[in-house]
Amino acid sequence: MTERTIRTERPWSWKRFFFQWEWLLVIIFILIHVVNSTLSPYYLNINTFIRTPQSFLDKAFIVLPMTFVILLGNIDVSVGSTVALSSVIMAVAYNAGLPMPLAIVLCLAVSTACGLFNGILMVKYKELSAAIITISTMTIYRGFAYVILEDQASGGFPEWFSFLGWGNIAGFPVMLIVFTVCAFLFWILLHKTTFGRSLYGMGNSMNACRYSGIRTDRVILIVSLLTGLMAGFTALFLTSRMGSTRPNVAQGYELEVIAMVVLGGVSTSGGKGRIIGPILAVFIVGFLSYGLGLVNISAQVLLIIIGALLIVSVTVLNVRIRKRKKKIPA
Amino acid sequence: MKRSVIGTIILLIIVSFVIPFTLTAQAAQEAAGERHAFVFKNTGNPYGEKQMEGFENGIEEQGFEAILRAPDLPTAEAQIKIIEQLIAQNVDSICVTANDYDALEPVAKNAMQAGIKMFSADSALNPASRMTHVNQADSEMIGRTLIQAAYDMVDGAGQIAILSATSQASNQNLWIEWMKEELKDPKYDDIELVRIAYGDDLRDKSVAETEALLRTFPDLECIIAPTTVGIAAAGLVISDKDLQGEVFVTGLGLPSEMAEYIHNGACPYMFLWNPIDVGYLAAYTATALSSEEITGAAGETFSAGRLGEYEIVDAGDEGTEILLGPPFKFDIDNIDEWKTVY
Repeated sequence: MTERTIRTERPWSWKRFFFQWEWLLVIIFILIHVVNSTLSPYYLNINTFIRTPQSFLDKAFIVLPMTFVILLGNIDVSVGSTVALSSVIMAVAYNAGLPMPLAIVLCLAVSTACGLFNGILMVKYKELSAAIITISTMTIYRGFAYVILEDQASGGFPEWFSFLGWGNIAGFPVMLIVFTVCAFLFWILLHKTTFGRSLYGMGNSMNACRYSGIRTDRVILIVSLLTGLMAGFTALFLTSRMGSTRPNVAQGYELEVIAMVVLGGVSTSGGKGRIIGPILAVFIVGFLSYGLGLVNISAQVLLIIIGALLIVSVTVLNVRIRKRKKKIPA
Repeated sequence: MKRSVIGTIILLIIVSFVIPFTLTAQAAQEAAGERHAFVFKNTGNPYGEKQMEGFENGIEEQGFEAILRAPDLPTAEAQIKIIEQLIAQNVDSICVTANDYDALEPVAKNAMQAGIKMFSADSALNPASRMTHVNQADSEMIGRTLIQAAYDMVDGAGQIAILSATSQASNQNLWIEWMKEELKDPKYDDIELVRIAYGDDLRDKSVAETEALLRTFPDLECIIAPTTVGIAAAGLVISDKDLQGEVFVTGLGLPSEMAEYIHNGACPYMFLWNPIDVGYLAAYTATALSSEEITGAAGETFSAGRLGEYEIVDAGDEGTEILLGPPFKFDIDNIDEWKTVY
C-alpha cells in the first residue's frame, strides 16, 4: 500500500500572496498618505508619523483582543463601558488616598474582572449570544461608573501619570512603543501558538472543536480576560491624555473598534482574518481622520467617508467568499 | 476575473476619496495672511453655528482666514484631536468653547509652546490653559437673574429643577453655582431645587431628561435651562404634554427656536446675549492677541470693530476675561422682532 500524504497547506504562490486583503489595505494606507500630503502642506513631516499615533492609539489596544473575539464569531460591545468603569474606579481610588501605582494596578484588575465576568456568562449560558450578554454588561458597567461618579469628573493625577499619554522615550511616544509590543505579542499568540489555531477552529465550528478535545470554554475565558485587560490599557492611556475622567468617557469606542476589526478583513461570521489587517486598519482610520482634520473637513463628512470605506471593505470580502464558494462543485 | 474585480474596487476607492477632496480643495489652499481657528463644543448646535458665523465675520472683515471646527460629540477627547490638528497647521490663534475646564490643559500648553495664541470663549478653559476668556455676560448676573425669574414664575413657592448641558461644561457649572448662591437668600425659603439634570446639549437626551423630571417630580413648577438646546427641549415637552400654566420653563434660549413656546405660554420669558456678537468679539480678541496688541493681562484695552472698545478684567477663577455685556430679556412683546435675527 502506498502512502498518501494530505497537504494541509496550499503551495505558496506570488499570485495568492499579492491578492490578499491586507495588500489592499496597504495600498489604501499609502494612498491616504499620498492624498493627505497633496492636500495639506502640513502633513508630510516627521511629526505626523511619530506624534499623531498618540491621538488615535488609545482604542487600538482593544482592537487586538477584539480581533480574537470576532474570529470566534462572537462580539463584545461592553468594552467602552469597561474602559469607563475602570478609569472611574482608578480616579476615585487615587483621590481616596490610594498611591497612583496601586491605582493603576486596580484599574487593570477591574477591567480584567469585567472581561472575565463576560466570559463566565458566555461559558455558563451558552444559549445566550455574546451580543446579548455584552449589551447587558455594557449598560451594567456604564451604570456603575455613573453610580460612582454621578455626573462629575475626577482627576488631579500626579504629574508623571501624564507621561503615559503625552511622553516620549528616545523620541517615540510611550503609547506607540507599548502598542507595538502588545501587537507583537498578540501576533505571536494568534499565528504561532496552538491557542491561536484553536481560535480559527472554533470560529469555523465550535462543536467540531469541542468534540475533538479542544477546551473551548477555557479559550473563551482567556479571550474575554484579554479583552478586559486591554480595555484597561485603553483606560490608562485615555485617562492620562485627558488628565481627568468622567463616567461618559470612551462612549462609542466599542463600535469604532469593531469597525476597525471588520475593515481589517476579519469576517464577522468567524474563523477568517489575520491580526495584521486590523492593525493596518487602526492606522488607516487614524491617519485618514488626522489628514482630513488638517484640511478642516467637518466632523460629519469624516464619518461619511469612514462609513463608505467600511461598506466597501465588507462588500469586497463577501464577494470574494461568494466567488470561492461557487467554484466548489455542488 | 479576480484581477478585474480588485481593480474595479481600487478604482472605486480612489474615486470615493477624490470626490470629497475636490469639494474641500479650496479649504486646503493656503491663505496669505493670518489664520485664526474657532473650535466649538459640537456640531448641530444652532447657538454654536451663530457663534461661528460671528467669528467668521469678524475675522474676514479684517482680511484674514477663519477656520471653523467642531467635533461630532461634545467631548474633550474630540476637542483635543482637533486642537492637535490645528497646531500642526500652525494657525495664529485658537479659540475654544471648552467641553471640559481642565482636560484640555496639556494640549493647550502644547499650542502655546508652539507660539499659538490660545484662549476660550463662551465656555472657559482653566487659567493655565488660556491667555484670556471671552465671557458672554457676567456669570453672577446670569445665575441670579435666572433664579429671580423662576421665583417670579412659581409665585414665590414651589419645586424647581435645572436642566443643564454636560456636567463638565464650565460656563453652565459656574452659572449653577451662582444660582445656588442666590437661593441661599431667605426670600427663597419656599423654593426647592429638586434636581440638576444634564441633557448634554443633545436634543434627544434633553427631551428624555425633561420627561424624567416631570415624571419623578409631579409637583415641579419650573425648569431652568441655562442652555439653548435644553430650553428648546423643555419647551417642546411642556407644549406636547399641554402643561402650559402648570410647568414653566425659563433660561437661556435662541429667539428663533423659542418664539413658539413664548407665544404658547410654556416659556413666559427668557434671556440671551447675541451669540453672533460673542463670536465677533472672539474674532477681534484673536487678532489683538496675535498682533500682540494685548497679552491677556487685566487692564489692557482693545477695539472690537462695530462693538467698540473692550477692557480685559480679572475673572473669578484667577484668570482674566472680557465681558460682552448684560443678558437681554425676551418676552411675548419683543420676541417677534428678534426671532428672525438669530
